Amino acid sequence: MDFFMEFGTMFWEYRNYFMTGLQYTLLLAALAVFCGFILGLFIALIRMSPWGIVRFFGHVWVEFLRGTPMLVQLMIVHYGLSYMFNINFSPIESGAITLSVNSSAYLAEIFRAGIQAIDRGQGEAARSLGMTQGQAMRFIIIPQAIKNVLPAIGNEFVVIVKESSIVSFIGVAELMFQAGAVQGDSYNPMTPYLIVALMYFIITFTLSRLLNRFERRLQASDNR
Amino acid sequence: MITVKGLHKKFGQLHILKGIDLEIHKGEVVVVIGPSGSGKSTFLRCLNRLEEPTSGEIMFQGELITAKKHNINATREKMGMVFQHFNLFPHKTVLDNIMMAPIQVKKQNRSQAEATALELLQKVGLEDKRDAYPAQLSGGQKQRIAIARALAMEPHVMLFDEPTSALDPEMVGEVLEVMKSLAVGGMTMVIVTHEMGFAREVGDRILFMDQGVVVEQGTPQQVFGAPEHERTQNFLSKVL
Repeated sequence: MDFFMEFGTMFWEYRNYFMTGLQYTLLLAALAVFCGFILGLFIALIRMSPWGIVRFFGHVWVEFLRGTPMLVQLMIVHYGLSYMFNINFSPIESGAITLSVNSSAYLAEIFRAGIQAIDRGQGEAARSLGMTQGQAMRFIIIPQAIKNVLPAIGNEFVVIVKESSIVSFIGVAELMFQAGAVQGDSYNPMTPYLIVALMYFIITFTLSRLLNRFERRLQASDNR
Repeated sequence: MITVKGLHKKFGQLHILKGIDLEIHKGEVVVVIGPSGSGKSTFLRCLNRLEEPTSGEIMFQGELITAKKHNINATREKMGMVFQHFNLFPHKTVLDNIMMAPIQVKKQNRSQAEATALELLQKVGLEDKRDAYPAQLSGGQKQRIAIARALAMEPHVMLFDEPTSALDPEMVGEVLEVMKSLAVGGMTMVIVTHEMGFAREVGDRILFMDQGVVVEQGTPQQVFGAPEHERTQNFLSKVL
């Protein structure tokens, strides 16, 4: 009972910290999900380009971003670019860019698998009706591919929300950062982290529920 | 209408088409028969360049469609194709399947495309399925929708790639019926099929292909009644 009291008291006492953190986390996640999705789709198409050099670029992009820690990528974007090229991003900008670019690599692989799993006949039927390659992709292949890989995309969205905690390293005042601040102020190393853990969980759980519903709606055409 | 000259197709080492020369006239129904692996489907798919010919020329309505700079998409609008496995778009309703190309490619407005689509659905006898998804249809119904989808572009020629081979036997008739009505209506058609009865009844000309060449061609009476080549006789004795 005491524990729950303490949990509630601390949340209320430091509500401004947690609410600010929540706003930043949601903002970061939303930006990263949106930009990562668009960029990922673009990289997936690049990876299937008829030109070898373009394909190679996509390949390098994916392998580099998957093969190095996101924390390292974050440091490069935030401090490295500033030092080498005098490109200065605010912490929140660096955080959003790193998260988007990093997730684009994973999403690109998900999209590519989805697109390649669509039966060849679909593209052929579209082309035989006079559609261009672009139209066939846009109207026929990509909609079906996205529908098929929606569970995997949902997974990646959840990962993005959780990984956004890494940007606390460069001082973005999101949930993880606020938990540290509250800990420093209250000398309590447990409760603040439990509070943000619960908050992260509520975000990711809501997100996966929403995606589940969306998935079911898209399955209308599967009913026999 | 279609002129094919010296058409070759290789897949790597595999020489599938070894020089096809052919002239298809307006309103003609040409039926291509032959054993599996003889190159019938590849030949048909070369006509709208779903397969790129390795060498040779194809003229369609006076245009060299195998030319490098030729806009093949514009040609495909005038060449309908029906596939063995239907290839309906599973995420679209029957009506949207039929209206999609007229709207996106021919830039028709929705009401215009819908009017044509409904007319075609009536023609293939499936007007009650307009809002169904492909997964809710039988094989025969899917293929009739696929034919309607191709016809919606108002093609000048229709290519059929084994349209009844993936169907349960009791559904073959309904598809052939639709094709027959098209032939009677004067549509130019090239049909790859194993339905010999249909070929004999509807075909103006029968092409027998084997090992990448046209071995023999002629009217159904000639090819089915008195085949000249041994390979044709052999094949027919197995399938008739």
